[in-house]
Amino acid sequence: MNRIAAFFKKPFIRRYANYLVIGAAALIFGLLSVTGALSMSNQFLLEQISIAVLLAVSLSMVVGFLGELSLGHAGFMCVGAYLGGKIASLLVSAMGVGESNFLVLILSLLIGGAVAALFGFIIGLPALRLRGDYLAIVTLAFGEIVRSVLMNLPSELFGGTLGLKTPRFTRQYLFIIALVLVLACLAVTQNLIRSKHGRAIISIKDNEIAARAMGIDVTKYKLFVFTISSFFAGVAGVLYSYTQSTVQSATFDYNYSIEILVMVVLGGMGSINGSMIAAALITFLNVKLQSVLKGDMAVLKDVIYALILILIVIYKNAPGLSAFREKYNFKTLTAKLFKKKETVSKNGDTVPVVQEEAKDE
Amino acid sequence: MDFINALINGLSLGGTYAMIAIGYTMVYGIAKMLNFAHGDIIMVGGYAMYVTLLLVGQPIVALIAAIVFCVILGVCVERFAYKPLRGASPLAVLITAIGVSSLLQSLAQIAFGSAPKMLMAVQISGTVTLGSIHIAYYTILTLALTVVIMVAMTLFVKYSKPGRAMVAVSEDRDAARLMGINTNAIIAITFAIGSALAAVAGYCMLIKSPTLTNTLGAMPGIKAFTAAVIGGIGSIPGAMLGGIVLGVIEAISLSIPGLAPFTDAVEFGILIIILLVKPAGLLGKARREKV
Repeated sequence: MNRIAAFFKKPFIRRYANYLVIGAAALIFGLLSVTGALSMSNQFLLEQISIAVLLAVSLSMVVGFLGELSLGHAGFMCVGAYLGGKIASLLVSAMGVGESNFLVLILSLLIGGAVAALFGFIIGLPALRLRGDYLAIVTLAFGEIVRSVLMNLPSELFGGTLGLKTPRFTRQYLFIIALVLVLACLAVTQNLIRSKHGRAIISIKDNEIAARAMGIDVTKYKLFVFTISSFFAGVAGVLYSYTQSTVQSATFDYNYSIEILVMVVLGGMGSINGSMIAAALITFLNVKLQSVLKGDMAVLKDVIYALILILIVIYKNAPGLSAFREKYNFKTLTAKLFKKKETVSKNGDTVPVVQEEAKDE
Repeated sequence: MDFINALINGLSLGGTYAMIAIGYTMVYGIAKMLNFAHGDIIMVGGYAMYVTLLLVGQPIVALIAAIVFCVILGVCVERFAYKPLRGASPLAVLITAIGVSSLLQSLAQIAFGSAPKMLMAVQISGTVTLGSIHIAYYTILTLALTVVIMVAMTLFVKYSKPGRAMVAVSEDRDAARLMGINTNAIIAITFAIGSALAAVAGYCMLIKSPTLTNTLGAMPGIKAFTAAVIGGIGSIPGAMLGGIVLGVIEAISLSIPGLAPFTDAVEFGILIIILLVKPAGLLGKARREKV
């Protein structure tokens, strides 16, 4: 047990543990899927989790590291889904290949991501020069514009209100590609954050004026992060279009953006791994709850998400709770627990272990 | 004549937006936060009206009940969700407000279902015809309410004691507190007034089309926020102007057949253009951030 713990404490392993976990998941589930041992519903679950992780990690760059609020992440995903899906179906018919063509998938991923990134650049250009709150409202407006424009364009272009028909990739393999994309996104994000540029980005979040005084080009960095984040949202959108036979613009509404935001906040702002875990957890629950909660009760999960969001943010940020936070946070509690357990084993008598407070985290 | 009809419709629509936008802009000016849940207060007011109508059946009683309920809700939301975060980072407050908005919407759906409720008793139909101009009764009522509210708000802020205290708090909260103003009470009053106006705006929307769903307030909320930003957020005359401008633009855009499906895009496009050209809005003052 101690050796395993020591293994995970090695700096190299600590640094790359998240790659290892995702890589191992891709390998194991990939092998299971190729041999046919993985059920269709689990393949679907893995696809959805990968898409959510891509979205959460890319949003976490903007919200967690840059400290700006974007409420149009689903809008960028929508751009990617529609354009990537359209280009994929055009390529499929132009090249005369099957729907599960790998080249077509890669091309549409790149184009969908690039167009979403372009939109991110265009939207960010005016909004990021302004104070924080405006970006939230402009991105929200952007998401609504994208939705309504794509829906109301002539149906020959993007399918109109019926939605856009998109090619579908063989479900058996798509999630492996999705997990590889998650790895790529993680590599880009993590290396960016750990670089000189990443420190500049974090300094903007901590204090914009001080960062500017240190000679950091705030607008340039904001635009840079926002564009990259939109790119990965677009990539996630293209992946999504490949999991569905038709893409409906109604999917990418404001609530979807909120759900991605919940993942980032729940995972802990400024933690990539946290966002990934929260995204996987929430998507897992969503998919599993879909069959349990029917009709209007389906929004029960939204109630719970909203409450979690409010409570976590108040707990983490309320100035009046700072003493409480110091007393009962995850670290001190776990330290306390382990200490208590050790005394139990040494003395042999029972000391009540305070476990109830652990729920606060 | 179509144009004049569109203009009159736009004025009444803009009045509704202005009422909601005043709530946004006052809260922004005084509590320095974006109250994303403001639009959903409208929806809650609508359901309060629905329940009262089932019990009593009088539209006026329903309106009063909605105002009272919204005021209580607005103050409670401020007390329990926003007050603990006073002094925290703006991002945290914004995310909490989004959470509250989502919470209200989903709670309403659980309580009343997603099927729309029809508030026929509230609806006002019938039109006045002047030559070739048709003005619906609800348009006249909305315009009248808008004018009354605008005059009342202007007088309140200019001459009443709490109104002047609000201006003081919005300019410098600490200095206002040193002058003996109870800032917490002023912020609560601000939320109360904003929520009451939201309830009235909900009434204006329901007399026009009586369909009530749990997303009734979402889009008007966002539009009204857009109006507040166009007018210059933090400025009450700006919110009125922005609301009217946005309403007129929406009505005119809806009356042009080719443009009608893209009305939302036109409105938000105008927001982006205005932010580019005049970041502080039409009547807003540019503030330099101090270190």
